[in-house]
Amino acid sequence: MGKTVKRVNNRTLASIALVGAFAATLTACGADATTSATTGASNDASTEAAADLSGNLAGAGATSVEKAMGGWIAKFGEVAPDVTVSYEGVGSGGGREQFLAGGVQFAGSDSALTAEEAAAAVDRCFGGEAIELPLYISPIAVVYNLPGVDAEHLNMSPATIAKIFSGQITTWNDPAIAAENEGVTLPALAIVPVNRSDESGTTKNFTDYLAKASEGAWTYEASGDWPISGTQSGNGTSGLIDTVSGAEGAIGYADASRAGDLGTVALKVGDEYVPFSTEAAAKVVDASPRADDATDKRLVVKLDRTTTEAGAYPLVLISYSIACSAYDDAADAANVKAFLSYVASPEGQELASDAKVAGSAPISDSLRTEVQAAIDSITVQG
Amino acid sequence: MAVLSPAKTKQNSEDEPAVKRSKGGLVGRLFHGLSAAAGLTILLTLAAVAGFLVLRAWPALTASPAELQEISWFRADSLLAYVGPLIFGTLLASVIALLVAVPLSVGIALFISHYAPRRLAQGLGYIIDLLAAIPSVVYGLWGALWLAPALNPIFEWMTSALGFIPLFAGYQPPAKNILTASIVLGVMILPIITAVAREVFLQTPRLHEEAALALGATRWEMVRMAVLPFGRSGLISASMLGLGRALGETMAVLMILSPGFLYSFFLLKPGQHQSIAANIAAKFPEASGLSVSALIATGLALFVITLAVNMFARWIISRRSEFSGAN
Repeated sequence: MGKTVKRVNNRTLASIALVGAFAATLTACGADATTSATTGASNDASTEAAADLSGNLAGAGATSVEKAMGGWIAKFGEVAPDVTVSYEGVGSGGGREQFLAGGVQFAGSDSALTAEEAAAAVDRCFGGEAIELPLYISPIAVVYNLPGVDAEHLNMSPATIAKIFSGQITTWNDPAIAAENEGVTLPALAIVPVNRSDESGTTKNFTDYLAKASEGAWTYEASGDWPISGTQSGNGTSGLIDTVSGAEGAIGYADASRAGDLGTVALKVGDEYVPFSTEAAAKVVDASPRADDATDKRLVVKLDRTTTEAGAYPLVLISYSIACSAYDDAADAANVKAFLSYVASPEGQELASDAKVAGSAPISDSLRTEVQAAIDSITVQG
Repeated sequence: MAVLSPAKTKQNSEDEPAVKRSKGGLVGRLFHGLSAAAGLTILLTLAAVAGFLVLRAWPALTASPAELQEISWFRADSLLAYVGPLIFGTLLASVIALLVAVPLSVGIALFISHYAPRRLAQGLGYIIDLLAAIPSVVYGLWGALWLAPALNPIFEWMTSALGFIPLFAGYQPPAKNILTASIVLGVMILPIITAVAREVFLQTPRLHEEAALALGATRWEMVRMAVLPFGRSGLISASMLGLGRALGETMAVLMILSPGFLYSFFLLKPGQHQSIAANIAAKFPEASGLSVSALIATGLALFVITLAVNMFARWIISRRSEFSGAN
């Protein structure tokens, strides 16, 4: 008997050790969340100025730009090998907080600074002001799982989408959907609306779009947290895509680059239906006015969700890169300038628009001119 | 020592016992000190965790409802109203997991300890221990990507055939509901409960078993009259160990459940329940300021529940031990 017990104990110990080993591996993966890159030497004649830079450049904020940042940081490392850029996806709010506290030199945020934050930024920026640049424009796709429907896109008006997500339209062959999709055979299948279970900028932009464009069919305010309870949901973009993929008849919304094999909805804009594309997403940003408190340094866009501009796709997410117009350290100023200039450059925007990186929409040349002017205004304050 | 230097031993034969005692005394004292320190570490850790939770939760505990409602995801009237459904969801998931796991575990443990041929029992025991070593993320992935689609037709049948019972009404695919999460939790705690139950059943005095068989009991009667009463308190401890893991389980629930914040007994509807641990994991990455405190306050609630469950289990065991047959 004693022998049995001893053997069992050894085995139990072995299992405990195994569990421990797994836990250690997991922790190691977790620590990897910070995207950073230090790269080897590379000499490019056209970027000699950048190659002279050195130091650390830390950023934090929205997780939406994390993939694009990863790409930008890796490529920037090739032109400025001695600058170590890092970006930590702590969320928009956390990023703005860290930036204002002076913990990081730049932040990424899905929403612009509030009036109080902009005032607080004067202190943080050594008497200068905050610079806000719409450098990441990402179309959000309304995705659905209907393998039997062979149409390239289903057409829907914002009001129809609002009614689907608020539970007023419950089957796919509802007359409201059929009227917008003549010639498409819709199945008599129950609709399963799926939302994000975590708070996210994607949800905030989607609900903002529904609130403004659905002509009253959506009765909730814009919020990053889904306002309806008792729904199917997924944690994070991948959780949402998995959930939509998991049930025939499901519909959800996600970063367009992650739509994969799922069907996507063409949104009604004016009198036509516009499927998502990077060009259509960039177009709505150009067609939208600036926010009331925008300046030539704070390029805050007030997205026009009800635009009738031909070929514009109004369901987009803008992530701002936030920096200071003045730094007390010459190296910081030069590094921020060089990095943001790279991000705003045609190459930087092209890189992020690659579906393998982030699938975002490159900013237009006219916006780039304004952005570059704002970046050039960064100075060093004693 | 006696072999190495017999002469010396002879010489010092009178001092020997004294030397031995003082040496044993030193080692003994050292060991006593070490084990006491180890015991104290547990108490200190517990106190440190409790202190940390209270300290960091304090801003949320003392905040007014108006301040709390400034947190974007906070939709309740007070902190208590926010934690309530979370506690309910946590307990519901854990209790269903226990209902799934305990009968199965007892069956497996009895099979291994009293029915299976020795070689098969060894192999089975090894597999059970292996299951305990699988990390919960893997269980979560398995549950979300394999089990949920597999349960889909079963749940569809349940809601159409048994839908008149509110418990099973309103299923909506995919199977991201509390029942799926509980089944995965049940599978996760199965190995712990089985391993402990098997050990307990193996400890049944041989004499009791042989006496039962000698009186003409069948094997089932022997198990019922000798093994189960003897193992009852051990089985309760095993279940409580499993319950502890189910209460605190994060990843599996996070990956499987469509969360909601309701007091609801609809086991098949999505968006009704959420567990405390999964809620913290989902909200913490983007939390800052007061919202961190509010989340830690829910963690404090989980801490208190776990303590209460353990104390309740100890109370049951102490009550049962009087007539368990173990003495």
